[in-house]
Amino acid sequence: MPTSDDLGSDRLIWMYTQMLRIREFEERVKRTFLEHPGAMRGHTHLGDGAEASIVGALATRHETDLVMPSYRCHGYPIVLGSSPCKMMAELYGRSDGLCRGFGGSMHLADPAHHFPGTSGIIGQSIAHATGAALTAQVKNTGQVVYCFFGDGSTKQGAFFESLNMAAVWKLPVVYVLENNEYQAYTHISLEDANHLAGDPLSKKAAAFSIPGITVDGTDPLQVYDAVLAAADRARAGAGPSLIESKFYRLSAHGNAINVPPAPTQFPEHEAVGVYGKKSEYRQAQAADPIPRFRDELMRKGMLADAEAQRIADTVRCEMDDAVQFALASPPPAPEEATNYVYA
Amino acid sequence: MAREMMYGEAMAAAIIEEMQRDPDVVFYGQNMAMTPRDPMLKLFGRNRVRIAPISETAEIGIAVGAAITGLRPIVELWMNEFMLVAMDQVVNEAPRLRYMSGGQVKVPLVLKAGFGFAAGWAGQHSNCLYHMMMGCPGLKVVVPSTPADAKGLMAAAIRDDNPVVYLHNYMLTLEQGEVPEGEYVIPLGVADVKRVGADITIVATGWMVKKSLAAAERLAAEGISAEVVDPRTLAPLDVKTIIESVRKTGRLVLVDQAPRHASAAAIIAAEVAEHGFESLRAPIRIVSALDTSIPYSEPLENHVLPNEEKIVETVKAVLFKQAVPPERPVEAYLSCPEVQAQAGAHQDGRRHVQHRGASDVIAPVQQVVRGDEYLDGAPERV
Repeated sequence: MPTSDDLGSDRLIWMYTQMLRIREFEERVKRTFLEHPGAMRGHTHLGDGAEASIVGALATRHETDLVMPSYRCHGYPIVLGSSPCKMMAELYGRSDGLCRGFGGSMHLADPAHHFPGTSGIIGQSIAHATGAALTAQVKNTGQVVYCFFGDGSTKQGAFFESLNMAAVWKLPVVYVLENNEYQAYTHISLEDANHLAGDPLSKKAAAFSIPGITVDGTDPLQVYDAVLAAADRARAGAGPSLIESKFYRLSAHGNAINVPPAPTQFPEHEAVGVYGKKSEYRQAQAADPIPRFRDELMRKGMLADAEAQRIADTVRCEMDDAVQFALASPPPAPEEATNYVYA
Repeated sequence: MAREMMYGEAMAAAIIEEMQRDPDVVFYGQNMAMTPRDPMLKLFGRNRVRIAPISETAEIGIAVGAAITGLRPIVELWMNEFMLVAMDQVVNEAPRLRYMSGGQVKVPLVLKAGFGFAAGWAGQHSNCLYHMMMGCPGLKVVVPSTPADAKGLMAAAIRDDNPVVYLHNYMLTLEQGEVPEGEYVIPLGVADVKRVGADITIVATGWMVKKSLAAAERLAAEGISAEVVDPRTLAPLDVKTIIESVRKTGRLVLVDQAPRHASAAAIIAAEVAEHGFESLRAPIRIVSALDTSIPYSEPLENHVLPNEEKIVETVKAVLFKQAVPPERPVEAYLSCPEVQAQAGAHQDGRRHVQHRGASDVIAPVQQVVRGDEYLDGAPERV
């Protein structure tokens, strides 16, 4: 059975590049609140810190496999080939946005790139991903559905009901539980029974008698190996698995919830802003998955300094273009608001 | 060709015919197709006919996910109350995903559930919840009242590219009627005049259509000609047919098995008041359930629900301008402690009892939309 050991340097550099693209996109989103105040409305959630987990998981995909995350959804479509220009335009509420300005940050959808949609209500998209796996099974398409959600979602009924049904029906779905230790603003030690008992959250899989495994989500190769095994199992008809991928969300839950016209921006991470745990946050920053993976590739001799610099420059240009594209895109015509209510 | 069939059978016939026609239609729910003897299971196999655990959130959420990726799921929910435990999926997922994606996905699914079981099921299994769903843009709400409609509307619901809540009244399950054989599809959003009349329009849905037709029969014996209109779908709502009827009769009584406050009847009354005011020769009246939960004991249940007698009385009151008090006379609102408390907070306690002067009423009436937008080939409301 193939593992991450079989990944060639091209593929590993591709993975590193995708991680960097996600990070740069999120950085530009975050900076928008300062550079272009008012350009983004509502609530925006970032995936910085999740890059290794997202890319490690998605690197195992087959061409037509579907990806369905929660509302913290920017990272996945970047890897799937969605246009960062259109994504940024969507966040800016412009007519060239991925969803024509109807969805915004929490509701990205790009079915043409195997990204059927997201839900802004915690945990509910777990059921949708499970349903997409039902389609794959009924139509015998050979697809596997990659379902991503946070630790907070695992306290929703949708999580328990969906995993039970997926196990009963042996649906081809891989559940990736992204444990970033904070459900919105509350630390996991205040709300998760497994955590309190000193158990990994993957123990929840035992409730459905399906495989459950915990991996270091800051190492893309560990995630790759676990997700590949789960996807193979799902594709073979053996049903779902639960993978707990542990990493640390590097930004706050979202931009501050301020009532207009008060400006909003990203506050300090909850670890610092709410709980005063400065050292916890400093430690997480030190374990940032991106420089870690870059150093590893360099150590293996797969990535030279100049090449790393070139990749960084390219990614920076790409995301700068995305911002410029979004700023230049006209707002939607108001009367379009009555479109798309019914098919 | 048509065949005598029960309302319940007619729905099943539509599901079977649509599943034969379209391999993307799947059907699942709790406590169904449990043995190999099940006829649906025999016809379509376990891949398309499934048993679900008691997990409405997942059942409906899975239907949403399956729908956006290419299936047409029908979820058997049995009772409309069971949707309440999964209300996010019904009102905040299924009808939102197409819109939020800017039209990139469609969500073709049917949520099938019974309602209004007025047979001693008490507070939590007898309700009529269509009014809670008809105000969710993106969602369609279907309420058939006859076996033929049960079949034709089910076929349309399954073929529709939007999420459809299909609500069948439990009290009609054994109702017999002529049902067209073979392909029979009734477009969603088209009301049906169940009885033609000249003196008064009665708008009713579900079981109340049967009650209204019986009332109309009794009224006919007394020389009163009542027209009975069944909207058949509450969303989209065929306001055009209702206004046309009111233009003809000049009078409107609405019959609704649900409690009055924020009922479907109240919404329809508001549409007629706004768009058909100049046709009205008498005030609109609503015959509804009382604003209570449904009680268990039979005499209590009967007291709460609308019935033939109440419909007949109300029609006569409207026609002959009898001073029959409405369900909640103005005095009841005025003697309400909360209202009095509010009134007391004002210096002028009469603020809430003051009648508006004629000029206040007439000025807006002159500007009233005359209903033309519903009558003159204007685009269908969807």
